[in-house]
Amino acid sequence: MENGNIKIETKNINAFYGEKKVLHNIDLQMEANTVTAFIGPSGCGKSTFLRLLNRMNDYIDGFRKEGDVLINGVDIYSKNTRIEELRKQVGMVFQKPNPFPKTIYENVVYGLRIQGIKDKQKLDAAVENSLKRSALWNEVKDDLQKNALSLSGGQQQRLCIARTLAVEPSIILMDEPASALDPISTAKIEELIYELKQDYTIVIVTHNMHQAGRVSDKTAFFLSGDLVEYNDTKAIFTSPKDQRTENYITGKFG
Amino acid sequence: MSKRSLNNQKDRWFQYFGIFSTLIGLILLALFIFQITRDGIGRIDWDFIVSLPSRFYAKAGILPAWTGTLWIFALTAIIVIPIGVGAGIYLQEYAKKGRLSNILEINIANLAGVPSIIYGIIGLEIFVRVLQMGGSLLAGAFTLALLILPIIIVATREAFKAVPKSIKEASYGLGATKWQTIWYQILPIASANIITGVILALARAIGETAPLIVIGALAYVPFVAKSPMDEFTVLPMQIFNWVSRPQHGFLMNAAAAILVLLVFVFILNGIAVYLRNRSRKKFGL
Amino acid sequence: MKKEKIIEGFLFACAAITLLTTIGIIWVLLSQSFSFFKEVSVWDFLTDTQWTPLFADKHFGILPLLTGTLLITVIAMLVALPLGLTIAIYLNEYAPKGFRKVVKPLLEVLAAVPTVVYGFFALVVVTPMLQKLIPGLSGFNALSPGIVMGIMIIPFISSLSEDALYSVPKSLREASYGMGATRLQTAFRVLLPSASSGILASIILAFSRAIGETMIVAIAAGQQPRLTLDPTVPIETITAYIVQVSLGDVPHGSLEYRTIFSAGLALFVFTFLLNNISFWINKKYRQEYE
Repeated sequence: MENGNIKIETKNINAFYGEKKVLHNIDLQMEANTVTAFIGPSGCGKSTFLRLLNRMNDYIDGFRKEGDVLINGVDIYSKNTRIEELRKQVGMVFQKPNPFPKTIYENVVYGLRIQGIKDKQKLDAAVENSLKRSALWNEVKDDLQKNALSLSGGQQQRLCIARTLAVEPSIILMDEPASALDPISTAKIEELIYELKQDYTIVIVTHNMHQAGRVSDKTAFFLSGDLVEYNDTKAIFTSPKDQRTENYITGKFG
Repeated sequence: MSKRSLNNQKDRWFQYFGIFSTLIGLILLALFIFQITRDGIGRIDWDFIVSLPSRFYAKAGILPAWTGTLWIFALTAIIVIPIGVGAGIYLQEYAKKGRLSNILEINIANLAGVPSIIYGIIGLEIFVRVLQMGGSLLAGAFTLALLILPIIIVATREAFKAVPKSIKEASYGLGATKWQTIWYQILPIASANIITGVILALARAIGETAPLIVIGALAYVPFVAKSPMDEFTVLPMQIFNWVSRPQHGFLMNAAAAILVLLVFVFILNGIAVYLRNRSRKKFGL
Repeated sequence: MKKEKIIEGFLFACAAITLLTTIGIIWVLLSQSFSFFKEVSVWDFLTDTQWTPLFADKHFGILPLLTGTLLITVIAMLVALPLGLTIAIYLNEYAPKGFRKVVKPLLEVLAAVPTVVYGFFALVVVTPMLQKLIPGLSGFNALSPGIVMGIMIIPFISSLSEDALYSVPKSLREASYGMGATRLQTAFRVLLPSASSGILASIILAFSRAIGETMIVAIAAGQQPRLTLDPTVPIETITAYIVQVSLGDVPHGSLEYRTIFSAGLALFVFTFLLNNISFWINKKYRQEYE
């Protein structure tokens, strides 16, 4: 693989919750401006692995990892890495929409405000821009001062995406972003992912295989903490090399 | 009578006893408040509120007492809120699970069970003597602050626990630091519940008598405190003083002062309950 | 980041104040008691049957204060225990939901009323009432403040016990009803035994609270330390004694002054032990169901 394009790379990742080993020797390279999907049954370690990429596991008691995670060739777990800077680079969208109980406007500008940006014009521009990119602008442009909790679930999730975009990350991690949503909202999110990949590197965890097939360029199949197979999505779904992958994709378990 | 119907009868009797037990305490309290109101209400007039205490019960008033209670309320709040909320935040968000946090936790539970009069004793040694505050408002406020500190710490921790984890993750995910996350996201959501706890704790503080007796708050204070370093009395002290006197007239005064104190305490409790219900509605906490 | 570190340091300092408070309590009580026990032997303190530090003929036996404290506490528990437990069972098994929702916060009011108010209640209302029933009852006695204190600590027992009953698994309850047991039988044969440790913890906590209670006894029990179990005569508790000395003008540093620290130490040790036994039981019982 050409490594000029490698955005995220993990080397020999092992992870533990207390004594329990939850990831075994994961080596993975993800290219810029692609959508990579992590699939696998629940408890397979895919979410844990995703959260390693922006150090979201740091807060979990008893969590420990071995191995390196490189983003743009830089070790994000090194002493010199500032975790807040990392998270500006690597945004995250969560399983359940989790807007702050504040106005729509304040939700979007939060990431900028904490960076100390106060310029009203800048903030306004960021709100409009991010909401447009997350395909929410037309629905909320007249209600920016409304409480975000008054939006529907699908709108809330798009707001969370907008909030992430406002910080201008280069990578967006999505942890089952549509699992709590209805089919129509899910379709909107998927459409959005497809458009966003022109500017961002996207990693999405999903246990909906069809979703992985629809939105991703590459797919990694995890099972019991092992990376079983990683390949072009088309290849994974049409000609899996590993029997276990095939069993999962054909619905024999999971 | 068959065994079964005997059992059912017992069941019914216990039910009646249950209702009786539940209500008896409340009925007695209501009865008592009624009696106090009957005894005391006649004494409450403008003069009673704005007069200094006196050797003559008919002339005596509660001005130094209720102003002292307000002073104590404010000073205690100023001292205890930052410390209590700060300690609660530390334990909930910063302290790593381990020996130290265990010790801190057990210690706070223990402090909550220390009798209030013991706080008076250490207030006497530490604030009154070592720090030379004398029997001042400030010494009283510090003593009561220590007394209610555990309540506020626990309330803060509970309030923080009730904030969904997803909010925290969202904030971290956007690059916020720990403190930014606490300050901009968690604290605003938790604040209503924290304030509820603070108000309940302060309601307890202004009803306290024993620790203030021990630190040497005066029973007879013929002036209104003007600075935190002044000597003082509070409503419970004044009530205690009047109760200890033999003349019936002073008992009437005590009843009247109790009414005023109860109004303070019940208003604070009412505000606390109102805030708790409002925050439940607003944030679903 | 520097600012973050400073904030964390400040927050830690706040938490550390709680430790300092405990150290302060122990240090003050021990150091002053140490001076006290240089002049009064520990043996006399624990075995002498008189407590008369303020008289010419001085005796420093804590026993009269201890029996006074225990007498009142036991009376309070005799009132609070049956009522509190019955309330807990009633609210858990019998009461309609709406009733429970209204009554629970109302019961908490009993604990929110300042204790000086209860003292007034005991002295001015309850004692005269009891005197009509018990002719020989003295104006100051253990009975009246004991009863009133019992009413005050009802919510301590009822609310913690109710929590304990509530956490008994539903399946146990359903099994009992399924076999045709009445609510009463279920409560006494299934729920109470299952929740016994939680209930015990609440009882001990209430007991500790009663031992440390001051104003009710200072107002209504009298100031006569005497070694008796007679609830109709004036007695004195540890707490009431500390109040008595604080109100008088005993010179700082004198032996009489130091008595409040040795008495305080005895009080602290008692409540500390009881509280920790209660925590320990509570912790153990939580593990059973979680």
